[in-house]
Amino acid sequence: MTVVDENDAGVAARRADALLRVEAVQKYFPISGGGVLKRHIGDVKAVESISFDVVPGETLGVVGESGCGKSTAGRTVLKLLQPTGGRLEFDGRDITNLTRKEMVPLRREMQMIFQDPYSSLNPRHTVGSIISAPFKVQGVKPARGVQSEVQDLMARVGLNPEHFNRYPNEFSGGQRQRIGIARAIALRPKLIVCDEPVSALDVSIQAQVVNLLEDLQDEFRLAYIFIAHDLSVVRHISDRIAVMYLGRIMEIADSELIYKSPLHPYTHALISAVPLPDPRAEHKRERILLQGDLPSPINPPSGCVFRTRCPKAQDRCAEEIPLVREFAPGHFGACHFPEERSLI
Amino acid sequence: MSDPFVKVEDLRVQFPTEDGIVGAVDGVSFEVAKNETLAIVGESGSGKSVTSQAIMGLINRKTAKVTGQVLFDGEELLSARPDQVRSLRGKRMAMIFQDPLSSLHPFYSIGKQLVEAIDVHQNVSNSAAMKQARDMLDRVGIPNPDRRLKDYPHNLSGGMRQRVMIAMALLNSPELLIADEPTTALDVTVQAQIIDLLRDLQREFGTAIILITHDLGVVADMADDVVVMYGGRVVERGNIDDIYYRPEMPYTWGLLGSVPRMDAGPSTRLQPIPGQPPSLIRLPKGCVFRPRCAYHELVPGNRCDTDRPDLLPVTPDHAVRCHLEPAQRREIAIERLGAHTVVDNSPAADATPSATPTPASGGTQEEK
Repeated sequence: MTVVDENDAGVAARRADALLRVEAVQKYFPISGGGVLKRHIGDVKAVESISFDVVPGETLGVVGESGCGKSTAGRTVLKLLQPTGGRLEFDGRDITNLTRKEMVPLRREMQMIFQDPYSSLNPRHTVGSIISAPFKVQGVKPARGVQSEVQDLMARVGLNPEHFNRYPNEFSGGQRQRIGIARAIALRPKLIVCDEPVSALDVSIQAQVVNLLEDLQDEFRLAYIFIAHDLSVVRHISDRIAVMYLGRIMEIADSELIYKSPLHPYTHALISAVPLPDPRAEHKRERILLQGDLPSPINPPSGCVFRTRCPKAQDRCAEEIPLVREFAPGHFGACHFPEERSLI
Repeated sequence: MSDPFVKVEDLRVQFPTEDGIVGAVDGVSFEVAKNETLAIVGESGSGKSVTSQAIMGLINRKTAKVTGQVLFDGEELLSARPDQVRSLRGKRMAMIFQDPLSSLHPFYSIGKQLVEAIDVHQNVSNSAAMKQARDMLDRVGIPNPDRRLKDYPHNLSGGMRQRVMIAMALLNSPELLIADEPTTALDVTVQAQIIDLLRDLQREFGTAIILITHDLGVVADMADDVVVMYGGRVVERGNIDDIYYRPEMPYTWGLLGSVPRMDAGPSTRLQPIPGQPPSLIRLPKGCVFRPRCAYHELVPGNRCDTDRPDLLPVTPDHAVRCHLEPAQRREIAIERLGAHTVVDNSPAADATPSATPTPASGGTQEEK
């Protein structure tokens, strides 16, 4: 695959103090044919050569439409899925080819918060046993005993510590998400991948959980990879944002920069599509409507994958895969014809 | 506001359950004119979806008690015979549901499902119905409509399915369209296409739209008037500018403060509403929002605990259900929402809005 080299420019400029370094990581899911032999007839190229890094205390937002590979990317960088290609480095250590067993001690430092607070908690376990599971799995014995540690955690995430004997069905969606968060921070991880953590919640509850995540980050210097399709939430919580399309990162930059001067036409369209909760400002905005749907990740378009929906696409876009280039310090993008105003 | 095309008066829907009566909708009133969009905003359990189902006559009257009035072009629907409502439904009024995958039948082709909707209300040949269905798919922006007619729902993407739902709702050119979270399951890029489509169709057919959503961005984009619901009640009602730039109800402030904004600076912190939406079985005795309201102490004599506030007008179009004094409400709104809303409004349209509170405060007090 020639694709792997294309991110070199980006990789070279990566930061030295990175907690997680992702280099040209790919994740393919094989498709097998029918019949007895189950021949390998193709791949779903869910993640195609993505590179980024995350430093301690930072939030990297990952946005994109459904099917763009953002959740797969989140799971792959935690090695919940084995990458098909590329390299993963956590805390200075190459973890790309570690086995499941070798990963166990590292799991303490990397955690995940899931979207659906209903299916990510075992309904037959009490909240106390759900939150104390990480201690058991990792064989950690807190000095003051597991139960008081669990109760501290519950208090920290805004749950009543008296409720440790209750079952998940006795809690509302927002409270369940707090249980999931308490479980994730139990062992003081360094990195948490949050996969759509607030999408299933009501607006007022969403804000509570977002604020909680921000407070915990300040307190424990957590690094977050915050995956969501809601650009407003991602923009609010993230220091940097990566925009994904069909398994690739189209643009990655400081969240302020990406909103004010997006250089990729896809980012531009995505931002323009989010309606502002402000009628007057909203009616003044100009919207870039993208035509059609996401192409199939089994047979992605040649050249730039976005060209089939891109309002600026030209012949070159079909022939040549755009390289990831640094357009401004820390502002990376992959486009042959970036938006003009980004050059300011 | 022009002539109300749909008028809902004191609508109440109660579901008896083992734990007690659930007052899902409690005395809701509003009007929608043709060519206008009314947004009903609220969180889960606020009664917004049940309200729309009651209008469409979709609530099983054997298991629920529905009272009040729904006037559709002058015709009262709640007391009408089921077959009368049925002949309107799908024809003069139609609904778009949130989840297109569960609202389309998985066993029948798109074409068959669309043709069925035509057959029920029009006396046309099968081929003519098929042509209508094809044209409507084309109209809602589905590429290759001829091929799509033969497809099944699972062959289509989420955005395409939602377009099929919209096409189905529009087949008989309804005069009222109820869209229940029409874009919630969709990506923003597709959402933008769907909003655009609904706006085009409204312009073309003069449809009255009732938009049910929790997304304040979509509301800002589409609505003319807004009804904010909480705990089965309307807690604030007004035109779009009233709700976004002159909100008067603590719950509305809470909602506006909870939404992150794309155009906000990097360090702004969200101001969530503490607590959770109420259980509709054991509603608080006084104001439904009292347990989550930060301002109830400003009201003398614990009235928020004991008296249900009435929905009282601030201006002829704008009404609010709150015990706080209008002057207090305005002060808090400016303090809480600051630059984005109330203040932001003053330079542009200073004369009218800043003049309104004074007569309104007098009026409200008299009514109490």
